[in-house]
Amino acid sequence: MGERTSTMTGVLGWLDQRMPVMDFWNKHVGQYYAPKNFNVWYYFGSLALLVLVNQIVTGIFLTMHYKPSAAEAFSSVEYIMRDVEWGWLIRYMHSTGASFFFIVVYLHMFRALLYGSYQKPRELIWVLGVVIFLLLMAEAFLGYVLPWGQMSFWGAQVIVSLFGAIPVIGPDLVVFIQGDYLPSDSTINRFFALHVVALPIALLLLVVLHLGALHEVGSNNPDGIEIKKKKDASGKPLDGIPFHPYYTVKDLFGAGVFLTLFAFVIFFEPTFGDLFLEYDNFAPADPLVTPAQIKPVWYFTPYYAMLRAVPDKFFGVVVMGAAVLILFLVPWLDRSPVRSIRYRGPLTKIALALFAVSFVTLGYLGLQAGSETQTLVARICTFIYFGFFAAMPFFTAIDSVKPVPERVTMHD
Amino acid sequence: MIKPFLSVLLALVGSVALAAGPGPKLLNAGTNISDRASLQRGAQLYFNYCASCHSLQYMRYSRLAEDLGLSEDQVMKYLNFTGAKFGDTIKANMPVGTGDSAGGEDWFGKAPPDLSLVARARNDGPNWIYTYLLSFYPDPTRPVGWNNTVFPNASMPHVMWDLQGVQVLVQPEDGEAQGDGHSGPTFELIKEGTRTPEQYRQDARDVATFLEYVGEPAALQRERYGLWVLLYLLLFTGVAYMLKHEYWKDVH
Amino acid sequence: MATESVNHGRRRFLTASTVVVGGVGGVFAAVPFLSAWKPSARAVAAGAPVVAPIDKLNPGQQLVVAWRGKPVFVVRRDEAMLGTLAGESGRLKDPDSANDDETALPEFARNSHRSLKPELLVLIGSCTHLGCSPKLHPVVQPEPWDAQWKGGYFCPCHNSRFDMAGRVYQGSPAPTNLAVPPYRFEGDVRVVIGETEAA
Repeated sequence: MGERTSTMTGVLGWLDQRMPVMDFWNKHVGQYYAPKNFNVWYYFGSLALLVLVNQIVTGIFLTMHYKPSAAEAFSSVEYIMRDVEWGWLIRYMHSTGASFFFIVVYLHMFRALLYGSYQKPRELIWVLGVVIFLLLMAEAFLGYVLPWGQMSFWGAQVIVSLFGAIPVIGPDLVVFIQGDYLPSDSTINRFFALHVVALPIALLLLVVLHLGALHEVGSNNPDGIEIKKKKDASGKPLDGIPFHPYYTVKDLFGAGVFLTLFAFVIFFEPTFGDLFLEYDNFAPADPLVTPAQIKPVWYFTPYYAMLRAVPDKFFGVVVMGAAVLILFLVPWLDRSPVRSIRYRGPLTKIALALFAVSFVTLGYLGLQAGSETQTLVARICTFIYFGFFAAMPFFTAIDSVKPVPERVTMHD
Repeated sequence: MIKPFLSVLLALVGSVALAAGPGPKLLNAGTNISDRASLQRGAQLYFNYCASCHSLQYMRYSRLAEDLGLSEDQVMKYLNFTGAKFGDTIKANMPVGTGDSAGGEDWFGKAPPDLSLVARARNDGPNWIYTYLLSFYPDPTRPVGWNNTVFPNASMPHVMWDLQGVQVLVQPEDGEAQGDGHSGPTFELIKEGTRTPEQYRQDARDVATFLEYVGEPAALQRERYGLWVLLYLLLFTGVAYMLKHEYWKDVH
Repeated sequence: MATESVNHGRRRFLTASTVVVGGVGGVFAAVPFLSAWKPSARAVAAGAPVVAPIDKLNPGQQLVVAWRGKPVFVVRRDEAMLGTLAGESGRLKDPDSANDDETALPEFARNSHRSLKPELLVLIGSCTHLGCSPKLHPVVQPEPWDAQWKGGYFCPCHNSRFDMAGRVYQGSPAPTNLAVPPYRFEGDVRVVIGETEAA
């Protein structure tokens, strides 16, 4: 490798002779050929990265003022909101960012379902993505506990109690996780360590692996066509365009639109009518008084609704866990010869639509008090949710398919 | 400019999130924290009627002066009755018991709560405060002689009764629709206060405005900077779009 | 792709525009994050002016007051101490406060005694070398660090020496005279350290 010569001069040239800077740039950006027919669904990957950066930067600055103790956490957040210059903006960027993270990630995942982006050879990208999603849920939950308001405390109480449903070791596990007999000072301290150090490192690593796996096999596209099958004389995919400059400028525009919406919420409606920051969480944690209505933040409510729909503690927790874990199996449940929803038959379209509607409905129901009718609807939706995955090997196998074109199509 | 769009958006969100919140029917206070005169009147009322028992532990006198357009001398003279320093947070005037010691706790059964976040920690906080201040009525069965339809069996007496006068509860639930479309309990004024009912509603609105501001002082800055940030981002997005459009001329 | 001619000028212009607009936004976005490192309202409140009584301070005595976490020396100099000031000029680095702008010397102290009232000296008790707190050695007598010692401050960390107006002696590692904080008097009874007389 020592003989490798660089085309660059100056500082970059010096670096490039000692580290494959240019190779890296070319492999992942400059000459990474992405399909040219990405539609609006393909913005959410880069936006997820943008929110991740936002969360890390604002998180670092919040850490400089936050106090991870039961006695001081709540007031240190108010200190940030009032006494630290611009602290309110940094905090709102972080809290709004958490919600936007899930909006972006849910859309990103739905994109994969729409266009079969998890099919061979992209199973690993999907699996790594589901791990990221799981870690993100843990990260969001831990972060939600830190302000130590009423919802933080009771949310921690409820979520940690879920582990208590595990037979035999459950009760001891709950005490072990909390480091106490109730969520307390030691809980907040360890949750803080996990939230600001352990999980962010794991998330960053997984994002690198997710992208590494993606760039190894190349991106899927809305037509579900493998662009590497049609190459020109120089070996470049005919339907591919270099990521830079085409997708860098496109994602820059996407980032602009995203940031505009993001700023709108931060500056004009940071609590988003009780969805992003709940009013109960502006009251300090009180282990003796449960708020009138306990509900998780909106991004957990689909799973929460499933938990509530099951009239058994252990089985409810199993259903909730299974709802997330079942995602891992998707690449092996789909038996369709085509990827994209565009060339699939009515069965798949109806199934996916039902799945999406039931997921959103569950999300809505998880915010509600849970009347009898609502519980019934929640049960139906839970059934559809699992039914979608259980029936996938069948409807994807027997569904009709349309002929897939040789080359990608552009829709302007 | 942004408000109408926002209210539509929030109506949508609200129908999802807030509809579930149980609670008393609240009157619409129509608070506006950008109304500096209302904030100043509210602060004056707060420090005269509320501050002797209720602290604002996260609020500083200096911040009040800055945001309400008051001088240090005005704040120290007309609002600060505790001898605290200008940069200090606002403590209650009366020695309030912490835990099980003496003080306010002995007066009304438990320590009067800090009100820094009262407007944020309750569903529809400012309207709650407004309605609460309008819903006191005499009740000899209560230790303090007063009760409240919004917060039944509250341990707090009607401290502003000299302003409002005394109103008795005529019909506890779902009475006549009150002018603004809400139905709720109805009251009848049996002893006039120093303020007319109209003036007293304004007083209650001013206190609610003040506490809404105290709940989130940064709201004033948020709304001041927000429009500029949005304008900038629209400009950036526009330039980025032109750049994208230019490069994508290559792609067919 | 790229069949017809590309307008390179337009691309360069739009790229530059995006970079400039984005860069300006980035700079503005950095402001809140950097500002969050400034003393918070709590720190500012804790660093508010402090009031110290001086009516019981006798000539020759020193009072140490904490202001913003630093010691502030208040000394009521007697006639003898004031008398030593003029004779030392030749041995001082900066006898006429020429470089005291660096330590924000209040205008009222720009005089031979470096104070508002000639007899009352108010200094930040933090050595301008590396921040140790110098000690007052008021007695005129030969000292290990100076055989012609006329009274003043001696810093135990690196042997910086200052006279009875806080002016640094030649041969000391400290670069400038001891700093004078903003202060004002409330009659003859109290000194308020941290603010000057309202203009």
